[in-house]
Formats: sequence, structure tokens, C-alpha cells
Amino acid sequence: MSIVEVEEVSKIYHQGKMTFKALDDVSLAVDKGEFIALAGPSGSGKTTLLNLVGGLDLPDSGKVVLDGNDYSKMGDGQRADLRLERLGFVFQSYNLIPVLTAAENVEYILRLQNVEKAERIERVQSILDEVGLQEKHNSRPDELSGGQQQRVAVARAIVSNPAVVLADEPTANLDSKTGEKLLEMMRVMNEKRQVTFIFATHDKMVMDFARRIVSLHDGKVAGDQKKDE
Amino acid sequence: MGDYLLAWRNIWRNPRRSVLTILAIVFASGLLVFMLSFQFGAYEDMIDSSVRLSTGHLQIQAKGYQNRPEMHKVIKNPDRLLGKVAALDGVDAVTVRSEAFALAAGARRSRGIMVSGVRPDVERRISSLPGQIRKGRYLRDGDVNVAVIGALGAERLQIDIGDECTLIGQGRDGSVAATVVRIAGIFKTGIDEFDRTTMQIPLSDFNSIFSMEGGAHRIVITTKALADDRPVAAAVRMMGEASGLTVLTWDEMTPGLRQSIELDLIGGIIMYVILVIVVAFSILNTFFMAIFERTREFGVLMAIGTKPFRLVKIMLLESLAMTCVGLLTGMILGTAVTLLFSYYGIGMGESSELMAQYGIADRLYPRLSPLSIIIGPAIISVVTFITALIPALKIVHMRPVAALRG
Ligand SMILES: Nc1ncnc2c1ncn2[C@@H]1O[C@H](COP(=O)(O)OP(=O)(O)OP(=O)(O)O)[C@@H](O)[C@H]1O
Ligand SMILES: [Mg+2]
Repeated sequence: MSIVEVEEVSKIYHQGKMTFKALDDVSLAVDKGEFIALAGPSGSGKTTLLNLVGGLDLPDSGKVVLDGNDYSKMGDGQRADLRLERLGFVFQSYNLIPVLTAAENVEYILRLQNVEKAERIERVQSILDEVGLQEKHNSRPDELSGGQQQRVAVARAIVSNPAVVLADEPTANLDSKTGEKLLEMMRVMNEKRQVTFIFATHDKMVMDFARRIVSLHDGKVAGDQKKDE
Repeated sequence: MGDYLLAWRNIWRNPRRSVLTILAIVFASGLLVFMLSFQFGAYEDMIDSSVRLSTGHLQIQAKGYQNRPEMHKVIKNPDRLLGKVAALDGVDAVTVRSEAFALAAGARRSRGIMVSGVRPDVERRISSLPGQIRKGRYLRDGDVNVAVIGALGAERLQIDIGDECTLIGQGRDGSVAATVVRIAGIFKTGIDEFDRTTMQIPLSDFNSIFSMEGGAHRIVITTKALADDRPVAAAVRMMGEASGLTVLTWDEMTPGLRQSIELDLIGGIIMYVILVIVVAFSILNTFFMAIFERTREFGVLMAIGTKPFRLVKIMLLESLAMTCVGLLTGMILGTAVTLLFSYYGIGMGESSELMAQYGIADRLYPRLSPLSIIIGPAIISVVTFITALIPALKIVHMRPVAALRG
């Protein structure tokens, strides 16, 4: 049973009178616990696909199912609730709320989930320690390095116990050393908690870490390669 | 709790902009408290001095007397009504006045004059005229053939304290009324018209000179507070003794005063509306900028499962917090400044003809009241809430994908 099912999905963008087919009949199934990279040149549709998987946008045709929930049959509010409970997000930048500390940023999603205070604090502490930010709980984002900020973002994506974490170019703004550490950390999370990770990337290093690479080209799946352990 | 914290921190991410917005609110609400207290205070003074000097808050008259005062239009039995009115709630004092037009003659000159018969003891309590005697003294109970006259009238007749003045007029029954009075005092109210045409004599003299046969022209009532005027008027109208008579309020007797106040108030309101619009634009600008700057952040928050209405709520909390801080500070400052000036007064110089016309001193004292403190801030809070709502509601229509792209 796949955790993510993308079936014959197309996405067309309209810009004035111009239309642009960003995804063309894409199908993809992702199993629980996978660590998968969507690769491809700029403009090939990686972000578009990731947004559809995240229920942030809806396809023009075809369907996307997350953990048995068909987005096309849900309203905006239901999809927001589903994202809150089942998904984690890491973006390339601007991930964090600048006026909240690292701990508060991570805690925010638990507030949205109505987790009780004592449990919130306990979970926030342990996840921040786990991503190696023992000293930085009370730092604001502008007091953190880019790599540390991304760690907070990963902590936030993980702390809510999601089924799937979607990460769009999480390493793009980091130097290779910092990026590698972040990826190692995410792989530990993946193995320890069986959380599925889906990356959109053109970073060679992410592809090295990934255990499966789906290549996109002009909105079509051009390759799907699983690495043997 | 998290949303309150977030809203509060958001206010301080652009401290200068927020402080300017708050200062605009402080300034506007403080100014409104002061200006409204000032205006209300001035209006009360204007009404009060007009009421004290001439009309009283209410009068009972024979029908038609107000528009065409004629000797024979009298209240036939004033004393019974007087007693009943005095017993009403809200009534401060009641007295009787009658008046007649007469020709006054000094040693060398003669002029037409309005002779008013009054009860000196009661007038001392309710009228400001006894306090405006500049020469000699005011009337006393028991005075016979004595009069006080306005300074301009005395000048025109070329008479002074102790001089005699002959009065010739017509009695209630149409007979000729004539007498000689001695001038005991000269008053100056500053209202030229009044100082030129008015003479007062004791009511007992008046009644016999003008053959009033127990009748009177005006029952003059002062109330404890301005706001009592209408309730007391209504109570008087209910009395059986008042049938066939009319009850007039101060603004019906001096419509010019009410119009002046309304005109002045409208002028003020135009200024206040401009002030509130400026504040509204400052709020509008602050929140459109804030939303513009935070679009990506909203995208992230919506992506992780925050519902748009929650973001709207945070924005509204921000505006509410800024408004509250601004209003409170503004009210405190406005109240403090108002109290200061209500103690020292504000010099008006020669500037205000309007006020001189109604006999007001050249220093004005703003008067703080619950109304003058609340009105301005209340309007500002409603307006800022609505103006913050307009940009905040833009969030409702935001799509996460579009927001993430910035
Ligand atoms: N909202 C939009 N309106 C119009 N065109 C869009 C929109 N979003 C994406 N596109 C277009 O769709 C195509 C795919 O975009 P997408 O962002 O999915 O590419 P990508 O593979 O993520 O690229 P990159 O590696 O640069 O992030 C691009 O040509 C892009 O210009
Ligand atoms: Mg992209």
C-alpha cells in the first residue's frame, strides 16, 4: 500500500492568454519509509509536483491520494487539516517565523494540533536536541546560521509526527558540508521513525543520499531509478 | 495564547512603523478628548450664561406671547403654578417676570426702553445680572420707585445714580401708566443690545404701575442641570394649571444660540473626520505593508496547516493591541491636558464675537465628562478595526502556492 499515489496527473498554468503544461500525465507511487528525490532541470515541474503531493494545489486532471485521502474530494479546510496531521514541509528559505525563537517555531505546529503544553515542551526540547541545536532553543532565526535555520525547519517538519515530509530544495542555500550534515540528519529521522521523505532538488548530493530518484523532464517522468542497498 | 504572543511580537518587527501608527492614534484620541471637552465646556458656558442672564432654562407664558409680546397676554394666576413648579424634581428656582415697553425720560433726553418687573430676592439667586452692577447697587426687596438700568441706556438718557427717570407706557387694561423712578444701579453685561434697552424695577411696583391685576408675563424656571430642561418642561405641560399656556425651553427662546452651537459643532466634526481619516490611512498602510512583507511567511504557515482565518485573527489582534495602547495613552494624555486647562482656562482674547454676543467671559474652561472622554476614542476604535479588517481579509483569499512564491 503506497502512502502517496499520483495517478495520471496534469497541471496547466495560465498566464494571461498563455497556457503552460507544467506536468503532463505524471504517475508515481511512493511507499511508506521511502527517501526519494524528484530530480530534473529547472522548470521541469519538481516544485509543481511536490505542491500537488502536499495538497497545496490541485491538478487539472488525474488524482493525488495521500494515505488514502483523495485531495480532489476534500475542501480547502480539510486539506489544511490533513497537512497539519500527516505532512511536514521544508522549503528552500523563509521557513521560519522571524519573531519566534527556534523552540517557539517548532512549538507552533504543536499548538495548531492542540497538543498540551507539558507535552509540547517535552517534544520540542527533545527534537531540537536531536537535530543538534541544544544551545539554540531560544535563539531567533536571525541569530542562527542558514544550516541551523534549516535544522529548525526539519525539527518542525518532524515534531508533529507526519507520515511524509516534503522538502523543496532544502540544501540549495547551504554550502556542501552543511548540506551533507542536514541530509544525514534527515536520513537518520527517516530510518529511525519510518517517515517518508520526498525531495525536489537538483543538488547532486541529495541524489546521492536518495534511495530512489525520479527524473522529470518537461513535465513528464523521464526516469525512475531505485538504488539497491 | 500562542496567537497573542505572535501578534505582539509582530507589532515590534517594524518598531518605527508601529510606533508611528500608535502615535497617530495617541495624537488623534488625545486631541479628540481635549477638543470635545473644550467644545462641550464652551457650549455649556454659552447656554448657561444666556440662561442665567435672560431666559432661564424654561419659561411658561401665555400663548402667543413669545412671538408677539403684548401687555394683555398674561398668565392669570401665576402664584399657584409657581408653587407647584417649585416642587418638581430637577427644578432649581422659579420666579415671575413681567415687562412693558415704555418711554423713559431723563432730565434732557427720552428714549424707548423695556421695563422689566422682577423679584429682587429670587433674581439674586438665579440671574447673573445682580453680579454685573458696575455702579450703585442692585434692587432689594422692599425697594419702592427704584430702578437699575444698563450702562448704554443710562448713557443715552444721560442719567446716573440717584437721578430720576420718568416712565410713560400703557397698562394691561390699556390705561396710561406713568411713574418716576430713581436710578439705584447701573449694570454692564457686555451684550450691547441688552445694556442699551433694559431697565429693571421691583415686581410690586411694576404690577401697580402697569395695572397687572395679579397677572404676569413670564414664569422663569432654572433647572439643576441643563439636561433636566426637557423632563421638567414635560412635567409642567402635564399640569392642569398650565392649560392654555405654553412651556418654552431655552433653545426655543434663543434659537440663534442653538444654531451657533450646531454650526460650531459641524465645523468641529469636519475637522475630526479628517483627523480620523488620517489615522485610518496610517493603519491601512501599516497593515498592507505588513501583509506584503509577510506573504511568504503566510504561505509557509498555511502550508503547515494554519487556516487563513487564524492568520486574520492574528492580524486583527495586532491592530487591536496597537489601537488599545494608542487609545489608552491618548485618553490619559488628553485627560491630563484637559484637566490642566480646565484649571487654568484658555484665554480667548478678543477673538470670539460669538461668545461675547452670548455674554461669555474671555477665558474658557474645557469640561471633562464621560462623554467627552469616550466619544472620540470609541469612534477611532471602530474605524481602526474596520480599516485593519480590509487588508486582513485579503489573507482569506490567499492561496498557499501563490503566497509561497511571494
Ligand atoms: N504559478 C505559476 N504560473 C505560471 N507558471 C508557473 C507557475 N508555477 C510554475 N510555473 C511554470 O511551470 C514550470 C514548472 O515549474 P516548477 O516550479 O515546478 O519547476 P521546478 O522544476 O521546481 O524548477 P526549479 O528547479 O527552478 O525550482 C516552469 O516553467 C514555471 O515557469
Ligand atoms: Mg522548484
